[in-house]
Amino acid sequence: MHIKEELAERHVLTLTVDNEAGTLARIAGMFTSRGYNIDSLTVADISEDHTTSRITIVTKGPPPVIDQIIAQCERLVPVHKVTDLTEAGPHVERELALVKVQGSGDQRVEAMRLADIYRARVIDATVSSFIFEITGGPDKIDTFVTLMREVGLVEVGRTGIVGLMRGSEAS
Amino acid sequence: MNIIEQDNKVPEKSGAEILIDCLVEQGVDTVFGYPGGAVLPIYDALFQQKKIKHVLVRHEAGAAHAAEGYARSTGKPGVVLVTSGPGATNAVTGIADAFLDSIPMIVLTGQVATTLIGTDAFQEADTVGITRHCSKHNYLVKDPADLAATVREAFMIATKGRPGPVVIDIPKNVQVATARTDIKSNVPNRFHAAGEADYVAINKAVDLLANAKAPIFYTGGGIINSGPHASAALRELAELCGAPVTSTLMGLGAYPASGDAWLGMLGMHGTYEANMAMNQCDVMFCLGARFDDRVTGRLDAFSPDSYKIHIDIDRSSINKTIRVDLPIIADVGTAIRQMIDVWKGRKYKPQPLTEWWARIKGWRAVECLNYPASTDEIMPQFAIERLFAATKDKAPIITTEVGQHQMWAAQHFHFDAPNKWLTSGGLGTMGYGLPAAIGAQMGHPDALVIDIAGEASIQMNIQEMGTATQYRLPVKVFILNNEWMGMVRQWQELTYESRYSESYSDSLPDFVALAEAYGWKGIRCEKPEELDAAIAEMLAYDGPVMFDCRVSKKANCFPMIPSGAAHTEMILNSDEVSGTMDDEAKALV
Ligand SMILES: Cc1ncc(C[n+]2csc(CCOP(=O)(O)OP(=O)(O)O)c2C)c(N)n1
Ligand SMILES: [Mg+2]
Repeated sequence: MHIKEELAERHVLTLTVDNEAGTLARIAGMFTSRGYNIDSLTVADISEDHTTSRITIVTKGPPPVIDQIIAQCERLVPVHKVTDLTEAGPHVERELALVKVQGSGDQRVEAMRLADIYRARVIDATVSSFIFEITGGPDKIDTFVTLMREVGLVEVGRTGIVGLMRGSEAS
Repeated sequence: MNIIEQDNKVPEKSGAEILIDCLVEQGVDTVFGYPGGAVLPIYDALFQQKKIKHVLVRHEAGAAHAAEGYARSTGKPGVVLVTSGPGATNAVTGIADAFLDSIPMIVLTGQVATTLIGTDAFQEADTVGITRHCSKHNYLVKDPADLAATVREAFMIATKGRPGPVVIDIPKNVQVATARTDIKSNVPNRFHAAGEADYVAINKAVDLLANAKAPIFYTGGGIINSGPHASAALRELAELCGAPVTSTLMGLGAYPASGDAWLGMLGMHGTYEANMAMNQCDVMFCLGARFDDRVTGRLDAFSPDSYKIHIDIDRSSINKTIRVDLPIIADVGTAIRQMIDVWKGRKYKPQPLTEWWARIKGWRAVECLNYPASTDEIMPQFAIERLFAATKDKAPIITTEVGQHQMWAAQHFHFDAPNKWLTSGGLGTMGYGLPAAIGAQMGHPDALVIDIAGEASIQMNIQEMGTATQYRLPVKVFILNNEWMGMVRQWQELTYESRYSESYSDSLPDFVALAEAYGWKGIRCEKPEELDAAIAEMLAYDGPVMFDCRVSKKANCFPMIPSGAAHTEMILNSDEVSGTMDDEAKALV
């Protein structure tokens, strides 16, 4: 007998939650304890009075599992609202990455040229290295990082995705 | 305006005193607990009051299960009080048990002082971390000023919606420090429970019920949790439409076993008629049940042709394992009442359902609960039958441990009322029955409370005999002693060609002598012809009794849907057992 894997879809969920101790652990832990995937998770305080945070989770699973994930999130006491951006329709997703490359000569010039094309900004430079700052959808960042591997990539830091619905409505 | 003025007049109280006040405010009369360093301030506050009775258990697992028994039998939340570290970890099994079986419970745990948290202090454990995913919610309270609001919200969360355990971890310095007592909790109500069902869905459900040719009610623990009104509504609806009723292990008693429409329990050790009817029905009403794997058997073969309506208060129970056609998120008792109103409003008449009942009659004729009779040894099923016959007029509360005896009790003891059957269904916790019986007896001092036990399970919390002695609780423990972890042995016979790996209950205590050592009465019975008299002796005794009922060592529990099989593939008796299974089946629990 072998363990079977199921076909998975990528979904971006946003959660409005109480900004209190343990909320993040409760949500992240629920994903692990029920065997759900987390591809990325971001969290930050978003309300004026610091009582509410917004969490964006990128997860993968077959549609019934995604449905369960949403229901299980809603079941947690500090979770007020869950929106499946992928289901809800047009939305934007953005991520920020810091990318360090090192090299000299042609390699260095090529890194700079590519950064320019991808609208990455230089935020630190030495004679032998750059740190680029880039924002965009996850695909754009993936491609940029792949290109940087060719020209002396040292390390990458990524924030994970935040997302909002397009249009005037709140998600 | 006059806040400043008041400031000096408002008395302050310690966290421990505030806690006790809040428990009293919530109507708590009984707390099951065990003291220790990190809860001494609370124990001191308990000592100085008279409204709450504390029941001193012998192990914190006992406290949690006793609180479950109290809650399940009274409908009120059970309250547990334990110390930090080992006190809290010992209670975890009971918390997880209450979580899976949706039992309202408040667990108060002591914690080291806030200044020591994270330093690996003496008896420090991350209680909030450990219980996070086996409780409905949990808190670490860092200021006595937050206690009142926390306790109020905790009781609301534990009891509203789908009930469950809530843990409140209280550091020792928070119990000692003082706060103003006039703090009104203006907790924004952030917890919303489903109530009434949407009438569009209810109308549709009633339509389907009125036109079904082969309807069935598949009911669960949700009906018990919804309250006695839900059981009453279920009975009325079943009467109105004439459809058959089956129930999960957790829902027994919601519909009376003596009712005409009763098919018996469904699932792995359910009746042939219940499982066949589930498989063949055209419209299924799942009321407060959750398509547990013990109920469904093989998912792709589960009731393949039926239209499924699922009423549940917890949206995450919908479509979790079985896709349903009409989900209704509501309090199940309210929703059934709404269905009755619609049915009556439209003046529907019950259909004869003649063909459906004729088929059910055919399945009933299999008499799946029959077992080989014996005159020289006590068959365990016979023992339950005799116990039922001797007690049925006394409206007993029955608790169980986990194993074959639990399933035989579910099959052969018949329940006519809710809140009379307390068993660990979801977690399947051996050692649940005795403390649960103690909790139930605390809630119902005059009731006959019997733990139907196995000789292996009873040893898991046998120390609670001392608790029953101390509080003069006349609980009866009726052990079906087969000298085996019978359920494990049964699976080994079915799956592993009878290789009995560690399933024999060796070195058993002399249960009669043990009973006497605890100040209980001990009775042993080995002969079928002496059983009735021995049971009568147990019932006549005004105090706790441990009854060592020596039963057949070889009996297995049938009917049975083997793991990975469909409802239609029931094994009716031991002759049909093959002795081995493929890996797919072995891998299923
Ligand atoms: C705490 C715990 N450990 C292990 C199990 C696995 N288990 C299920 S039934 C059983 C045997 C129970 O034996 P006994 O109490 O004698 O009951 P019987 O099946 O013989 O009636 C075991 C070990 C369990 N359910 N709970
Ligand atoms: Mg046994």
